[in-house]
Order: sequence, then C-alpha cells, then structure tokens
Amino acid sequence: MTDTSKFKPKTVYVTYIVSTPEKVWQALTDPVFTRQYFFGFAVDVEPKVGGAFRLLGPDGRVHVRGEIVAWDPPRRFASTWLVEGMKGYGELPECMVDYEIERSGEAVKLTMMESHSWDVPEAILKGGQTGWPKILSSLKSVLETGKPVAMKMEGPPPEITEAVQKALAEKPWLK
Amino acid sequence: MSKPSFVYVTYIRATPEKVWEALTKADLTEKYWFGYRVSAEGKPGDFMTALSPAGMQAHRDPILESDPPRRLAYAWKPLYKDLPNERPSRVTFELEPSKGQTKLTVTHDEFDESSKILEMIGKGWPGVLSSLKSFLETGRGLEPSWGEDERKRAAQA
Repeated sequence: MTDTSKFKPKTVYVTYIVSTPEKVWQALTDPVFTRQYFFGFAVDVEPKVGGAFRLLGPDGRVHVRGEIVAWDPPRRFASTWLVEGMKGYGELPECMVDYEIERSGEAVKLTMMESHSWDVPEAILKGGQTGWPKILSSLKSVLETGKPVAMKMEGPPPEITEAVQKALAEKPWLK
Repeated sequence: MSKPSFVYVTYIRATPEKVWEALTKADLTEKYWFGYRVSAEGKPGDFMTALSPAGMQAHRDPILESDPPRRLAYAWKPLYKDLPNERPSRVTFELEPSKGQTKLTVTHDEFDESSKILEMIGKGWPGVLSSLKSFLETGRGLEPSWGEDERKRAAQA
C-alpha cells in the first residue's frame, strides 16, 4: 500500500456543480462518463482501497496507471498516477490525484488536488495546470447540460518535455 | 518565488461577446454573482462599481484596461470596513475564443506579501466563476443558498 503521507498538494482546482454527490461520484468513476469529458479516456477501477486504477485510451492503451488510496463513495476518491502514455512521464515518481465531494447548498463542491512527493519543477506542474481546468470544466458541463465542452488534449510544449528530461537525468527525488 | 496571486481558468460554452456581457452588465451579474450588481462597461479611467443585494456600495474600482471582448482589468479594493486594510490589488479577465466557446482566465494579483485578502478571494472566485458558467450554459446561476461561508467569501470577490 502506497505511503501517501509524503505527498503534498501542488495544484488545487475547485468547481461547484448543480448536481448530487452521487452523480459527481459516478462521473468520476464510470467510464461511460469519463469518455465524454476526459479527452476520451475511460476510467477503469477496481473499487476498493489498494485496487488498481487506470485511464485507457480509445484504443485500449493504458495512459495512466495507479493504485487506489481512498475509496469512500460519494465523498472521496484518490489514487496514485503514473502517466505511462506520455514519453518520459512514466519514469517520473508517481503523483496522487485526490477528489473530494461535498454538498454545498443545492450544488456540489468538487475539489481536485494533485499532490507530489518531491520538489517537482513548476514547468512539469504546468501540464496539470493546463489540463485540469479543461477536464473539470467539461465534467461540469456534462453533468449540468448533458454535453461536454469540446476540446482536445494538446501534447506537452517543449519547455515541459525539457523539464521532464532534465528531471529524469538528475533524479532529484533520490536525493 | 512567484509573486502572490490567484489564477483560475474555466471553459464556457458561450462566445466571448456573451461572456464579456455577463461580466460587465449589472442586470446580468445580478443573476449569477449572488445578487451583486457589477457594472464594468466603462473605459480606462472610468469605474467598475458593485452594489450588494442590500444596495450597499461594495466596490468603486478604477478600470485599468478595457478591450471588449478580450481583456478587462480593474484595480480592486472592497469598501467593506470589516476587511483588512490592504492596498488595491488587480483583477484581470482574459477571454480567448475557441470554436464558439471561451477560455476565461481570471488573474487576481498585485497583493501585499502575506495578504489576508488573497486567502479570501481564493475561496470566492471558484464559486462566482462556476455560477457564471452555469448561468451562460443553462440560463441559471448557482443559488445563493450554497454554503454560507462560500457566499460570504464570494461577496468579497
């Protein structure tokens, strides 16, 4: 079982959705939903703490692989992430993605926290900071209107690729 | 170290023109900004004004930049007496079109180091901007009945 005490939140995104905690939970854990808003990826979970977590591309290829570290429907879902589908990323230390769901009046407050166990460079964090607003804006639209916001995933810009290569060469997490 | 600031990005299924209107016209902000009437239709040198649902003046902030429907910036200082007295900060809205949709980036910066207000607005903006997105996509903003704490913070944003 992964030791999560060494992970610190680096990127946090909060959105309020007119929905119920149960529906938000389903949207995060059901592949029929994630395909609509998560750049076409299908989530695949073994629904228990210690179970496997995967995000699969339309061709079935594994994009993200991890382990579920919190499974408390419909309140908290957290897993580790190893981004195998992007060159170099799979060799970085895994991060943790944590979703918290709370009722807030007639809406639901969804908090996403991306946490890291090492002093990850800003340039590498930029990837998530670009992607999460797209994913979570689209999730909100799917739940409120039945339709996603149309957008595609962009490959990492050169400065992120360089930062990943530099991190892989220096392996600061081993120090 | 980066300077203290808050940045929030949201994608909205509406044109930049519609998003601009919703951010600057009091008759529209009233419907999603938790009852606040925010008017920011002027040119640089004019004022952004905000009236609370109770009719109190909450803001009278100089407009710094206005380039409809792309970019709007104003100096930001709430007039509430019970808030920490800090120098004016800056709010910038950037609207980028994309296939009939809009990428909206809100940057709130130029805070004092160790600003107390930065902490408050960081909790307020996600509520206001989530409500704006719901309003433009579904015709209805979030009810002000959502968490009382969030509502107070939103009032300050």
